[in-house]
Amino acid sequence: MSEQSTQIRDAIAQAIGENPVILFMKGTPDQPMCGFSARTVAALQALNAPFAAVDILPDPRIRQELSALSQWPTIPQLFVNGELVGGCDIVTEMYESGELAETLGVDQPAAAEPAEEPAVGARPMGIENRLS
Amino acid sequence: MPTASEVKARIEATIPGATADVQSPDNVHFNARVVADAFAGLSRIEQHRLVYAAFEGELGGEIHALQLKTETP
Repeated sequence: MSEQSTQIRDAIAQAIGENPVILFMKGTPDQPMCGFSARTVAALQALNAPFAAVDILPDPRIRQELSALSQWPTIPQLFVNGELVGGCDIVTEMYESGELAETLGVDQPAAAEPAEEPAVGARPMGIENRLS
Repeated sequence: MPTASEVKARIEATIPGATADVQSPDNVHFNARVVADAFAGLSRIEQHRLVYAAFEGELGGEIHALQLKTETP
């Protein structure tokens, strides 16, 4: 591993250690560059949970080193208290079940609406949209 | 580019006893629901890692996105 890769990996590890809630994403919370990152941001924002965000797009080595560190291949990645919680699917599932609020130590708003369409399995019937 | 049925076969070959229902509109974005006994007692992270193991290095590349829902029977 090159010295620079080590430096990037150390910086990532430090960021995860210093921020109780940190999201590695494509783009920024104000301007997500991928639907999965956008949906994950929306779940956090729906809970009014403060979080740090790192845009992985400016340098491909950020993503490489992050995935090597977390053993998780895709972006986004949400860490809470130094632990990988998951990517978009897991975060969305946990948001809908209330587990995300619990993990973050915040209150689930009474009228919490899912950030987007609920996952297929969350519906009472297994109907899928095959029109799009 | 892998098809939905190839992705299904890969997942089922990687996790013995698993049943995968895979859909893809474009052979780049995939949506999979995987049911397996092997998920019992594992965290969601660990369950998803078992599925990701079928696609070493391909996720984010050839397979741009794999939306995943894991369940036990």
